[in-house]
Amino acid sequence: MSETTQTGPMLSADGVPLKTSLARALRRQKTRALLLIAPLLAFVIITFIIPIASMLFRSVENQIVSNTLPQTVAIVGDTTAQEASMDEMLFRVLYLDMYRAVEAKAHTRLGSRLNYEKSGISSLFRTSGRKLETVGEDFEDFFKDADSGMVKGPFWHELMQGEGGEDLLNDRLGLLTDLTSLEASGDLGFTLSGEAAALLPWAARAYADWALFTAIVDEKDVSTKKPWAGVYAALALDLADPATQSAVAAYGGSGAAELQAAVANIADMPATEFRAYFEDIDDKWVAPETWALLKVFGSQYTSGYFLNAVDMKLTPDGIEQRPDNERLYLKLFKRTLIMSMVITVSCIVLGYPVAWLLANLPMRSANVLMILVLLPFWTSLLVRTSAWKVLLQQQGVINDILVWLGFVADDSRLIMMNNSTGTIIAMTHILLPFMILPLYSVMKTIPPTYLRAAKSLGATNWTAFWRVYFPQSVPGIGAGSILVFILAIGYYITPEIVGGTDGVFISNRIAYHISSSLNWGLAAALGTILLAVVMLLYWLYDRIVGIDNVKLGG
Amino acid sequence: MKLTKALLATSALVITSGSAFAESMTLVSWGGAYQASQTKAYSDPYTAANPDITIIWDESSAEAVAKLRAMNEAGNITWDLVDVEGADSIRLCDEGLAMEIDHDTMLAAAPDGTSASDDFGDSIVSDCFIPQIVFSTTVGYRLDMVGATPPTSICALFDTDAYPGKRALNKRPLANVEWALLCDGVPKDEIYDVLATPEGQDRALAKLGTIKDDVIWWSAAAETPQLLADGEIVMGSTYNGRLFAAIAEQNQPIGMLWDAQMLDFDGWIVPAGLPEDRLARVMDFLNFATDTQRLADQAAYISYGPARASSAPLVGNHADLGIPMAPHMPTDPANSQNVFVTQYEFWADYRDDIDAKFQAWLAN
Repeated sequence: MSETTQTGPMLSADGVPLKTSLARALRRQKTRALLLIAPLLAFVIITFIIPIASMLFRSVENQIVSNTLPQTVAIVGDTTAQEASMDEMLFRVLYLDMYRAVEAKAHTRLGSRLNYEKSGISSLFRTSGRKLETVGEDFEDFFKDADSGMVKGPFWHELMQGEGGEDLLNDRLGLLTDLTSLEASGDLGFTLSGEAAALLPWAARAYADWALFTAIVDEKDVSTKKPWAGVYAALALDLADPATQSAVAAYGGSGAAELQAAVANIADMPATEFRAYFEDIDDKWVAPETWALLKVFGSQYTSGYFLNAVDMKLTPDGIEQRPDNERLYLKLFKRTLIMSMVITVSCIVLGYPVAWLLANLPMRSANVLMILVLLPFWTSLLVRTSAWKVLLQQQGVINDILVWLGFVADDSRLIMMNNSTGTIIAMTHILLPFMILPLYSVMKTIPPTYLRAAKSLGATNWTAFWRVYFPQSVPGIGAGSILVFILAIGYYITPEIVGGTDGVFISNRIAYHISSSLNWGLAAALGTILLAVVMLLYWLYDRIVGIDNVKLGG
Repeated sequence: MKLTKALLATSALVITSGSAFAESMTLVSWGGAYQASQTKAYSDPYTAANPDITIIWDESSAEAVAKLRAMNEAGNITWDLVDVEGADSIRLCDEGLAMEIDHDTMLAAAPDGTSASDDFGDSIVSDCFIPQIVFSTTVGYRLDMVGATPPTSICALFDTDAYPGKRALNKRPLANVEWALLCDGVPKDEIYDVLATPEGQDRALAKLGTIKDDVIWWSAAAETPQLLADGEIVMGSTYNGRLFAAIAEQNQPIGMLWDAQMLDFDGWIVPAGLPEDRLARVMDFLNFATDTQRLADQAAYISYGPARASSAPLVGNHADLGIPMAPHMPTDPANSQNVFVTQYEFWADYRDDIDAKFQAWLAN
């Protein structure tokens, strides 16, 4: 036995090597600790980290363009805006893309997205939506005249139903899924015929779009319903092609008689010039600028929001600075930082003596003072801000007193709000407790004997304070400053109410884009930048002062 | 044991509150006097007739657009009916957040048989919008600060010689830029053409620039009546109902200008994607609450004009003051000699752009 203990590993009482046993115990301890915090961790991740991350992700996300007009965007990506605006083929693809988007009511959403980049796109998409159908109806009328059976559901179903078109159908299904984020569930009740897809490529695509939409979104039976007017426009595209006309003449499958009847009357068919139709709808469609916009913002991810957030813009020629009269955000970022610093410094200047008094007065008076500090802290933010309004306005309490005392003339009352002064005064007051409380808790731990010792060694009052007391209170200042500064940077209610025009912060614009313009991408970009700036300042603070020197208490 | 009891009690509570929820309807509005007028004119009579339905009011209309989008993305829509401005209804409709309405089949016809869409007329500014009221943004002034010649034209805003003192204007371009161009000599029917060009936008801001130092910019409409009552400003823009309340209900020394007022509509939208049973309940309420009589009733509590043409002759007296309300409506012929009707299509297109320029101009 003694031999084994000398050569083999050390064993615990139950014969397991001690190292393993210890490691196991440690692991168990760690798991238990982890389990203890697991609910909190899960809570923080689900309610805090994930929402923030997904919000920040919006600052680059731009899939709406390629999801709504997928095939159009793909073509535009390979050509120049000038060529795109002239390309008849592009407008045919656009017609199918737009028709699908209109039915899914997604075109207006894309319109508002692109309107952030260029005024007028919103109404372009909204008004075009309704007119696309009219274009299709003209073709529908033609087919109805050629053979009334063609405007009925069964004709189409018999023509298109079959085997061999699975690939095409799956492609179209992918487009619809991207657009509506609805997954196909179960049997569609329709399969695409490969023969029809080869004979009538445009019509097969348009019909597949309609059939998938009807089956998945509307949840209706495909076999009896008449398709969208847009499908007739697509069929016209096919039949306008002489090659297809001769193929139709040789075709003998279902629907052959109707198709041949339509080809026989082909001279009466409205022209299949889709560029001209779109030009009729709105000549913005054939303007190269529109296509330049779709080219620049066609990608899945964009830097456009971030560029907007720093007063630049994405153009077909690259990144450009915005003109002078549109620059706003950099100025607001700068103002937010500077004013937050001013507020922090004023909080230190005002809070330090108060905290000192709190820490050094006898218990009874200190408690009363403490309540005075805490009372406003417990009052609603809005109430305090509105109270400052009553005090600071030109016909307000402070001005009235000054006029009564004769310090200012009645016609030259001080302007103390609706500008940066108002913001600084009100926010300093509102944030003061966040400075006083950490300062107080640190000062409480500085023994008063140190000051007395310094004085007994011959220091003047100032030297004793500056060389002995103050350095020990620095961790409190650090903690208070971080709290106040970071809170100040994100404030928006107080600046909105008393800030006027030169006292508003970047957060006010973020709030506007979140709640009013719905430009969440830009709001997310602004928020991300603000977060990065705060992190950067925190890191700098850590490098310069050291985060270990921050104390919130004891 | 205790735990089991507590769990049982909680689940019982959840179940009962769940079933209570099934009988309730959440309506979103603006709070204040406006919401009170809706409660008295629409929801009180409705719940009196349908005692099994509870109506819950939520004062979130100011953030409605953003909240609806968040609810839609979360797939959990807790609102049944939302009161929004006409411009927001377009945005919500475009974003697919509001349901499209077939006004003729879903809403009550006028008593004389006129279809709902004809009765509402131009106030149906988007396919999702069910109009309730016409309100206007107009200018109020302090009677004792304008001297012997109270302003009669909107251009008094820009005349700091005749009317020295601060003015309060909305901290967004709507109405301000139109007034600026009008007072800069642009004929009224050309204003939106001018405003669509960058030069026109600069021109409007330049005109506003002549009074920039004299303006207090408001973001809540309640600020102007308050500033007028405090004597902080000589004149300012706000909604006509706010001015009426300050003048008639609170007897403040305030006068009101009916010139170049900006007419706007406010109404309901139904959130997209409501389950069938809730939708059915909402549509039943809507049919009642937007009929000719109900819209006319609302005018007894607040000085906004009913959106239906057939309601106008039915407008009666103020519920508390007993004064006839018709002369205080923004739609009254005497008041609407010279009006702007908000150009929704224009603003849907240019709002982002002009607002960006406006805010940059403000910050400079």
